[in-house]
Amino acid sequence: MHGTKFTRRSFLLASSALGISVLAAPLAALPAAAPVTPQLIEAAKKEGKIVWYTSVDLPLAQKVAQAFEAKYPGVSVRVERTGAERVFQRIGQEYSAKIHAVDAVNSSDAAHLLVWKREGILAPYVTEDMAKNYPPEHVDPDGMFASFRATLSPIAYNTKLVDAGEAPKSFKDLLDPKWSGKLVKSHPGYSGSTLTATFQTARDLGWSYFEALSKQKVMQVQSATEPPKKLSLGERAVAVDGVEYVFLQLIEKGNPIAIVYPSEGTPLVVGPSAIFKNAPNPNAARLFHSFLFSRECQQLIVDAGGLRSFHKEVKDKEGRTPLAKIKLMKEDAEAVEKQVEEIKSKYTRLFKV
Amino acid sequence: MTTIAAPLPRGRPRGIDLSRPVMLGLAAVLCVLIVLPVSQLAWHAVVDRDGAPTLENFRRLWSDPAFVEPMLTTLTLATSVSVACCVVAAPIGWLVARTDLPFTGVVRALVMASFVTPPFLGAVAWEILAAPNSGLLNQWYRSLTGAGTDEYLVNVYSMGGLIFVIACYTFPYVFVLVSNALDRIPSDLEDASAILGGRTWRTAARITIPLALPALLAGGLVAFLQAMILFGSPAILALPAGFHTMTTKIWSLFQYPPKPGLAAAAALPLLLITIVLLRGQQWLMGRRGYTVVGGRSGRPRPTALGLLRWPALGLCLAVLACSVFLPYGALVKTAFSRVPSQPVSFDNLTLQHVRFVLFEFSGTRLALQNTFLLGVLSATLGTGLALVVAYLSGRRAVPGHRTLAFLATAPVSIPGIVLGVGLFLSYTRPPFVLYGTLWILLIAYITIELPAAYQQLQSALKAVHPELEEASRILGATRLQALGHVTAPLLRSGVIAAWCFVFIGTMRELSAAIMLFTADTKVISVVIFDLNESGDLGAISVLGIAMLLITFAVVLLVNRIPGLGGWRPARPGG
Repeated sequence: MHGTKFTRRSFLLASSALGISVLAAPLAALPAAAPVTPQLIEAAKKEGKIVWYTSVDLPLAQKVAQAFEAKYPGVSVRVERTGAERVFQRIGQEYSAKIHAVDAVNSSDAAHLLVWKREGILAPYVTEDMAKNYPPEHVDPDGMFASFRATLSPIAYNTKLVDAGEAPKSFKDLLDPKWSGKLVKSHPGYSGSTLTATFQTARDLGWSYFEALSKQKVMQVQSATEPPKKLSLGERAVAVDGVEYVFLQLIEKGNPIAIVYPSEGTPLVVGPSAIFKNAPNPNAARLFHSFLFSRECQQLIVDAGGLRSFHKEVKDKEGRTPLAKIKLMKEDAEAVEKQVEEIKSKYTRLFKV
Repeated sequence: MTTIAAPLPRGRPRGIDLSRPVMLGLAAVLCVLIVLPVSQLAWHAVVDRDGAPTLENFRRLWSDPAFVEPMLTTLTLATSVSVACCVVAAPIGWLVARTDLPFTGVVRALVMASFVTPPFLGAVAWEILAAPNSGLLNQWYRSLTGAGTDEYLVNVYSMGGLIFVIACYTFPYVFVLVSNALDRIPSDLEDASAILGGRTWRTAARITIPLALPALLAGGLVAFLQAMILFGSPAILALPAGFHTMTTKIWSLFQYPPKPGLAAAAALPLLLITIVLLRGQQWLMGRRGYTVVGGRSGRPRPTALGLLRWPALGLCLAVLACSVFLPYGALVKTAFSRVPSQPVSFDNLTLQHVRFVLFEFSGTRLALQNTFLLGVLSATLGTGLALVVAYLSGRRAVPGHRTLAFLATAPVSIPGIVLGVGLFLSYTRPPFVLYGTLWILLIAYITIELPAAYQQLQSALKAVHPELEEASRILGATRLQALGHVTAPLLRSGVIAAWCFVFIGTMRELSAAIMLFTADTKVISVVIFDLNESGDLGAISVLGIAMLLITFAVVLLVNRIPGLGGWRPARPGG
């Protein structure tokens, strides 16, 4: 009965999530780094395209795609952008039907990569940049994935609607009745960034924080890229969460938005990338993967995108607060993986949607 | 059909009639289309993850407020929308069809424009117009009245807002059914009433309205069901407000980790409601004869409105402002604005969204191609299937025609998203591996649009008296020949209308597509929904306008093709 398979598969995914942690001490050294050779470029051109599933904000994802296409003419990138939790569901749905449409993936929920790795559907591929320019903790010991991007999930407000003196300084400040009906928030069932942030906030502040927050008549949107956009419209005065990089993009375009790094600490969201073993365009996937981790692409996502990079040669853009000066909440993908279902169901119970 | 006719010996009343096997074949197709996914769903509703029988899903459904509340919300929503649609559409339908209202062509075209508008696009447009703080209407209200920054006139993120927006894009169903019915009522009966001394209003009350009543009830029913199974608008407007309808609830059950069993169970109440309603309609209508188009008839005579002509036109335009002028204005403004909530100015003007959608966004072209191809195919195949089923059930041509009629209307009760999962479960294992191809979407669209096409053709068929077919059959034609040579030409306008229904329905469809698409089989509605979830209003506006232009172009083309006739039904005998 195939129908049962669909269910059982999801069940297995969920139950294995409660099993043993996968990041046990690496038995072997990191696989050798693969350079971008003329043969690889030639083979990629023969394939002609690469399908990239990602949760990064669409205009930025298209910028990355265009930069790649400009550098390697003849290989076009098809961007499939949706929330990380949806990306995860879609890949699960497609793979359970034996459809291998995706070449490369980037998720803002690092726990997904742990699941895919354990399922054995990823292909190991270590680029030269990963080996040379990335801190070892940001490259999977088996070379299955590496941290393509990072961002934060801070608070922000519309400066036309809120005076700087009045603005919230901490997550707890948002529980003040004066913010009732003025908050906008994204959804952990859709967004990997928000799921990650919800995990960290609930761990550090307790679920009682979310319980109180849910009584504040919060406007519930889906993507973590949307609260920034709702602030710039002036639809709501304060964003409870949302990705820092879109806030930065909008601020630098002149929108009346200010970021607050809350005093309790700001959730850190790392977004790893990987390529698939059964990628329909394996060479183009490798070439694209190499490009994603190159200094060129990393500088692009920092400068134009407002993201944070772990690449050693990439420079922060002026005017932005360096990561080192922000109090961060601790990232913990393995713990997220174990609690994902619980987080989503608790959240839904509190916020009704 | 002439090839079938050729070997027939002249003079014999019956030859080898291939009609029956052809019809039974189509009936079998229908069964596969509908029974397969539904049985998959039914199976999943009553078994647990290990395949053992269980009623746990139903127990949760009736005891958990997380399900009971959306159910009540959905019933309130569907009832309100249905009533609102009838109240708005019936007068407009009458004005357009039976009075000397000026500019009726324009009014019809604009109603069609609201019908063509996908509800989710309308919902996005109304977000731009009536979000409590950034909505353009609320900004105007505040600047006109000097109200404070927290005050607003209308809030689209509310139950009232949701009802209003859904009604804006559902009333055309009622309008089309009512005005088509009124078009078909010949003046003979009204003349008779007038001759017998009935004044205009008395004639309307005793003759015209009762004759149009079946269409109005059918319209109200369609509106109710449409509102009940709509997914896009509630997802866009209800979720930010913090409440679910049944469809968004069912959809949330397919988010990771998916619970298809619970979702299938949650869909069954909707199915039951629909069955009861359809039965009720049959019971109500079945006892009277409404055949008004026979071998002879007269032209309808328009009622003179006198001085009321212009206020009446004003009423029509006011309704159309809500469904067409304001939302389209908002979309156009957003398509060319840097910040949609700020006033039109040179600083705020930009072509960045147009450039992004047309030249940068890698998903645009493929989605356009897929959508167009699927629209044309679904419309052609779906109309053909609906025509045969409507004929079989309308003329009681085969045993079990009632079941056929039920099967053709049954999909209306299956929320697209649930049908999507049913299809997913049905077509991912051998011998039918269709997931990941356009075929599975084609099947979904045909199944979903079948009830609309069937309703349209069935009500058109009801008005064509069988005497004409009987004449042709007495002269030796088989059933298929009679259908092809006599009935179908009489139904020509109904067939075209059904084709347009299905084509437009396919362009509007979101909920099944969202379960069934893969990277290679994305359609525009899914792309727009994706863009809405990340708040890219500018890109949505550009893509939505492009999609509308394509739809208009196709519908106009189909209505202009020589030999196919126009949107207004041709009057047999006229």
